[in-house]
Amino acid sequence: MVTCKTIIGQISDYLEGNVSAEMRETIERHLRGCRRCSAVYDSTRKMLVIMGDETIFEVPEGYGNRLHSFVDSLVAKAKSSTS
Amino acid sequence: MMSEQTNATSHSLETANLIQRFLAGEQSVFHDLIRPYEQMYYRLAFSILRNEQDAEDAVQQAIVTLFTRLDQLKEPERFKQWSIRVVQNEARLLWRRRRQGQYESIDDREENGNEISFRGPRDFADWRDLPSETVEKREIHAALLKALESIPASYREILLLRDVEQLNVAETMEILGISEATVKTRLHRARLRLREALAPTLGIPQPSFWERWKGMNPWSPARR
Ligand SMILES: [Zn+2]
Repeated sequence: MVTCKTIIGQISDYLEGNVSAEMRETIERHLRGCRRCSAVYDSTRKMLVIMGDETIFEVPEGYGNRLHSFVDSLVAKAKSSTS
Repeated sequence: MMSEQTNATSHSLETANLIQRFLAGEQSVFHDLIRPYEQMYYRLAFSILRNEQDAEDAVQQAIVTLFTRLDQLKEPERFKQWSIRVVQNEARLLWRRRRQGQYESIDDREENGNEISFRGPRDFADWRDLPSETVEKREIHAALLKALESIPASYREILLLRDVEQLNVAETMEILGISEATVKTRLHRARLRLREALAPTLGIPQPSFWERWKGMNPWSPARR
């Protein structure tokens, strides 16, 4: 008998495909029969999909321009100090 | 797989080449050097500081460090990890200055006792084609930021590196200065914590939710 605690402990590895075939079978059998664990599994999976979508974490408008103007100023300063 | 490997190799060759040119006096190539990572720098700084202006300030400060200390980087192929670590350090420094002594750190004891090791890179590709959910993207974004704020900083960092930026375990180990086993256990705990924090907002059932209704008849008089 495998406990819910064991299954939850394997969720990350299972999601990443880092479990043995035997463990995968055990987890999948448990998930089919346990509403609680399958809810944790589904929502974790959903959460990871959302986080992997980089448009979720947008950088502020003009960030790139400001950063590269700043780099320009560093380059200019370096140039003037060597010449 | 094969092409990914080739891409990674040609990318690090290009980085090495840019660094060489930079050190030879062609400083303007610095623009190209940071371009692939600049968005990551911002997101990482923001995850630590949670303030747009502070995040940009920290990135700029880190850029100064990268620009002036590039000659000290022994292995050019490690530029990515090195530069991310510099950004992280600057952001943490600013965070400490902003909120003296309030930088949370999770107890290391919490992380011991899990010895399963990580194997190989991950492939999230097949997770991306899920049908869009009913919750609007903007709402998801707000919920995610709120949930991220509610968990310890070290959890936030590892989630950002691994699950948002999709860095591999080796890179994450190097950036955070922690062992492979710690990367693994911390990430696992961070995911479960974030999921719990996200659950009420996204309408995800929580274990406690099911526990509460277990064996209870929803139409029983006691509930009315
Ligand atoms: Zn279960």
